[in-house]
Amino acid sequence: MKLTGAQILFKVLKQENVDTIFGYPGGSVMDIYDELFRHEDIKHFLVRHEQGAIHAADGYARASGKIGVCLVTSGPGATNTVTGIANAYMDSIPIVVMTGQVPVSLIGNDAFQEVDITGITRPCTKHNFLVRDPENLARTIKEAFHIARAGRPGPVLIDLPKNVMQALVDDTTLSYPISFSDEETDPIEKDCAEALELIRKSRKPLIFCGGGVILGRAWKEFRTFAKKLNCPVTSSLMGLGAFPGTDPLWLGMLGMHGTYYANMAISNADLLIAVGVRFDDRVTSKVEAFAPHARIIHIDIDPVSIDKTIKADVSIISDCKPVLQLLNEWLSHDPVVTPQEHTKEWRAQIAEWKEKVPLSYCRGEKIKPQYVIETLYELTKGKAIITTEVGQNQMWTAQFYPFEAPNTFISSGGLGTMGFGFPAAIGAQVACPEKLVVDIAGDGSIQMNIQEMATAVQYKLPVKIVILNNGFLGMVRQWQELFYGKRYSQTDMSYAPDFVKLAEAYGATGLRCTKPNEVKATLQKGLDTPGTVVMDFRVEPEEGVFPMVKPGLSLSEMSLGKT
Amino acid sequence: MEIKENTISILVNNKPDVMARIAGTFSGRGFNIETIAVNVTKDPNISKIILTIFGNQDTITKIEKQLKRMLDVIQVDDLTGRDAIRREMILVRMKTTEEQRTQLTKTIDTYKWKIVSSSPDYCIVEITGHRDDIENALAILEPLGIDDFTRTGTVALARQNNNSRG
Repeated sequence: MKLTGAQILFKVLKQENVDTIFGYPGGSVMDIYDELFRHEDIKHFLVRHEQGAIHAADGYARASGKIGVCLVTSGPGATNTVTGIANAYMDSIPIVVMTGQVPVSLIGNDAFQEVDITGITRPCTKHNFLVRDPENLARTIKEAFHIARAGRPGPVLIDLPKNVMQALVDDTTLSYPISFSDEETDPIEKDCAEALELIRKSRKPLIFCGGGVILGRAWKEFRTFAKKLNCPVTSSLMGLGAFPGTDPLWLGMLGMHGTYYANMAISNADLLIAVGVRFDDRVTSKVEAFAPHARIIHIDIDPVSIDKTIKADVSIISDCKPVLQLLNEWLSHDPVVTPQEHTKEWRAQIAEWKEKVPLSYCRGEKIKPQYVIETLYELTKGKAIITTEVGQNQMWTAQFYPFEAPNTFISSGGLGTMGFGFPAAIGAQVACPEKLVVDIAGDGSIQMNIQEMATAVQYKLPVKIVILNNGFLGMVRQWQELFYGKRYSQTDMSYAPDFVKLAEAYGATGLRCTKPNEVKATLQKGLDTPGTVVMDFRVEPEEGVFPMVKPGLSLSEMSLGKT
Repeated sequence: MEIKENTISILVNNKPDVMARIAGTFSGRGFNIETIAVNVTKDPNISKIILTIFGNQDTITKIEKQLKRMLDVIQVDDLTGRDAIRREMILVRMKTTEEQRTQLTKTIDTYKWKIVSSSPDYCIVEITGHRDDIENALAILEPLGIDDFTRTGTVALARQNNNSRG
């Protein structure tokens, strides 16, 4: 039987269990959209800008653990996804992006809405394909899905010329055997034994986890491991949720805006067990002064991460799940190794640091953003999926909302993309319709993809948006205050739309709160109101994020702000 | 760490965009390719790329890891420090005049170079050798009137096959 390229595309998408697509039509993808019309079992979410589609697919992937799928047209449709592709690449999120392309005969002719999207996205995709021959279509789509999820996940782009979608191909091509062998992995036993030896000798151990624990779905094993060692745990931004934020062993996030005690612990530890991390510069600060007294065990799936910035004493290149499973098994048989007795003093020292400088902020006349987040935690009991934008809103969330479960904190870690949080919340809500999804935003970043309000309202997605409205691009302003003589160059954002009226104009609910004693009631009302809700909290304009490690300093040299 | 010349041999799928991917990996990470030579292997679906790069061992290790992560890269071998034959080739177009023709012919004979084309006004000399030999040759030919030249990247082959694909 003969099928069109578009029909083959949907056949393979169904084989890959795709039931959700975020997209936006256009000239080059009309054949795909025409075919979509016949597939009621695939739910398509029409966004209002292609950046919204790619971030929504990203949020969907993070919340569901499945591959996010995005479909856009050629030219500007494709280029509008580039930020979101780079974002997913930095955070290792599996996404398949399908872009339309002009017919093969026109490629290279500067045709209308033609752009070399595989060329543009080569450095920010895990891999990409231009399908020139319809015979290769089915195979390429399968490959794309395989690559997106295999090993360290990432975004894969498939460029689909219009004539390939229209071409008639023999269905038998689909039965062409396509199998992928599992990637070869090196044996881990020897490295694990060496790691265990270091653990045995350690008196001041610290565990540091990252996004790899979540992407590798190893949080159960990870928690067991930390408990068996009774070892304090810190994490990167991407690792939040891998370990319960209310556990006594939890030290909070480390790094530039990490807690005092996490940064002190890493600066004094004699052993750092790093699991699923890549030692980003926001984590290490001054590399030469990072964990200066510690031997380092580095477990990561990507060999490129090993010894990239921080040299490891023992490196284990592997998915972290089997490593943790093996270590846990050995620890059960050999309780002597557990250095609990030896590390008593160390844990007492950490408790002292925790006591001395807890996370805190001063109350005042005006609403404190940290208070809004604390109250949100109290009302949601930590059970919501929280997305953030980028900047102060993101750091305060990381500090003041203790995450209990993996995949409940969805944030742009590596790329730091303003405008990510709201469309990501839409994707997360689509993935988890029964869950409460809240985007914690700033007044700057919410305006970067505010057009997606229409998407949220159209599909009746009850996403709640908490705007910490300080009238500034707050994080840049904070740097200007601290490092640029308070010259607030182009960070005054006080000219903003009336977010309440704007919400209403989109058909959502808008609430405003200006007084600290109304925060709880406003949040409660916002969470109780069905449908999409925007809550505009007018917060202290010049509040800063602290602790803060100034760039170039070591993690132990923190500014603590006004406490 | 010591900066040295490194030779890396890479087997890749012979596809149109692979060179762009390799080159992009280098430029994106701030590494500079000194010389490059590419051609197909006995399997026409696979190409071999020989790259020479200046850098310390740390940089080279990072480059190798980045290359190995690429989907179209089949194998990466660092030939630096391994017993391998390295050669470049150069074609030099010489302006020939009555006066220096004898001298030029004598020089070419002495060094066992080859004239591959000659006309009344020009001749083209072909020279192969190690990179240093090529540098020397150019220095020798310079006073005799070089018009233009084209130089290949280094090709290299290990004397012994240490692994399956050589």
